[in-house]
Amino acid sequence: MKQEAFETRYRDTWDRYEDCLQALRKSRRAGARTTAQTNRETTGETTGQTMGREFPALYRQICHHLALTRARRYSAGLEQRLSRLALDGHQHLYRTRLPFVTAFLRFFARDFPQAFRRHWRFTLAAHLVFYLPAVGMATGVLLKPDLIYSMISPADVASLESMYDPENRRLGRERQADTDLMMFGFYIYNNISIGFQTFAGGLLFGVGSVFYLVFNGIYLGAVAAHLTAAGFVETFYTFVIAHGAFELTAIAIFGAAGLKLGYSAIVPGRKRRWHAIRDAALQALPLVYGGTFMLLVAAFVEAFWSSTSWPPAGVKYAVGAVLWAFVYAYLLLPGRDES
Amino acid sequence: MLLDSTHNIATPEGIELRLPVAGLAARSLAWLIDAIIKFLGFFVAAIALQFLGTAGSGLFLIGLFAMFWLYNVLFEVFAGGATPGKKAMGLKVMNSNGTPVGWSGSVIRNLLRAVDVLPGCYLLGFLSVFFSARFQRLGDLAAGTIVVHRLPERLVAVRDDSKPLPLNVPLAIDEQQALLSFAERAGGINDDRVAELAELLDPIIPGVDAEQLKRHAHWLAGVGR
Repeated sequence: MKQEAFETRYRDTWDRYEDCLQALRKSRRAGARTTAQTNRETTGETTGQTMGREFPALYRQICHHLALTRARRYSAGLEQRLSRLALDGHQHLYRTRLPFVTAFLRFFARDFPQAFRRHWRFTLAAHLVFYLPAVGMATGVLLKPDLIYSMISPADVASLESMYDPENRRLGRERQADTDLMMFGFYIYNNISIGFQTFAGGLLFGVGSVFYLVFNGIYLGAVAAHLTAAGFVETFYTFVIAHGAFELTAIAIFGAAGLKLGYSAIVPGRKRRWHAIRDAALQALPLVYGGTFMLLVAAFVEAFWSSTSWPPAGVKYAVGAVLWAFVYAYLLLPGRDES
Repeated sequence: MLLDSTHNIATPEGIELRLPVAGLAARSLAWLIDAIIKFLGFFVAAIALQFLGTAGSGLFLIGLFAMFWLYNVLFEVFAGGATPGKKAMGLKVMNSNGTPVGWSGSVIRNLLRAVDVLPGCYLLGFLSVFFSARFQRLGDLAAGTIVVHRLPERLVAVRDDSKPLPLNVPLAIDEQQALLSFAERAGGINDDRVAELAELLDPIIPGVDAEQLKRHAHWLAGVGR
């Protein structure tokens, strides 16, 4: 068949297919809420539905025509048009779709804690890589106080001290609401960026993740020990205990995701290296999403609860303890009955 | 097969989708456009949030975070795989199996951007694009995504009403195809170049000119039969 005849014969099919695709896209964008409504109101089918039934057959026809066009060496222009149509159809037909709300709820109820436990080797390793240097550094600073200056500049140490000095607290007023909001923004920007970098650094054979974990661990240990030694125990620990439950755990979780990535790069097993990395990244993703959410919570708690100075120390410790217990109960318990 | 930058995907329907993978230049320009847009965004936001004082700087930091980490993801997921910069350059992100990029693909490729920028100026990313077969940076490789040129919206085969002219010289099938494509594209090229291209055929079809060639093409395509 000559090209002209081919085009004349099938032009209507191609136009119909394009209309169909456009209608389907539009009805998808309009969303499920309208389809449900129109269903009930009109007994017949909506155009979207008829098009939806017609579409797969049309798509197969387009593919067939594209194959013919290539085999018969019709012109490049026709080939390009049909390629375009086929690609659009392919993208429509084979896209992944998941109702967002269901997926979202299921993620928190099950997927995230399950991922935390499924990758327990990495979550455990990340906890160790994070907390061991912290404990080591804290011990070091307690024994030899000058050690902190190897980590933090004297000026920064001084500003840390003044932040947690009980003298200042007594004189200082309750922080203003807008300052709370500013700090909220800062915690989100700073902490979540660090979390993401901890994950991404895993791609460098895990080195980046280990670096961030160790660095943050040492920093944490140094500051905690120094302020303890300085006698600012109450002001410091009442401040950090509550949001620490979310923040520190989240950093460890991002570290675990990064370690998983790095491990797959080092030990791809029977897969090709990039294939292994791709699979690992996909599996680590729940940890990243969960970690992000935990850092959001941490930023909120830190900005609007930790900073308050009106609750008595006992209340702050109690709330902190409950939050720590909650975080680990949440990570260790839900979704055990299903695989 | 020609040596080119096409990424081929075999679909269940037995056809092959041929996607032109985007190279460094187009992607860098797209990045630059996005960078300018983000910069303008910061600028406007910074001015507007001045009026909110301390609280404003908190919101600004949240905005900064979103610009850094979410800008690409949101555009790629909700705007058909392209940030404004990519759209302007006619690029699009998709999974390497040709399906639209989803949340996981986009999140992974954009979080791992933090590694591509290392040790500065996207050096690792550049190297990765140079050495990977489909011009993927590290984030793309880990996410299984590719950046391709959008296929042309519709290449209209404009056939004027010049009469088909039978061709007595036997042409091989791909020569016929070349002739058909020539007739199709002639409208979009300037006349001198069209004449120049037509002259190439002089040894095969003596004394042929562009107008005649188009008529031959129409005959090949079977116009008016």
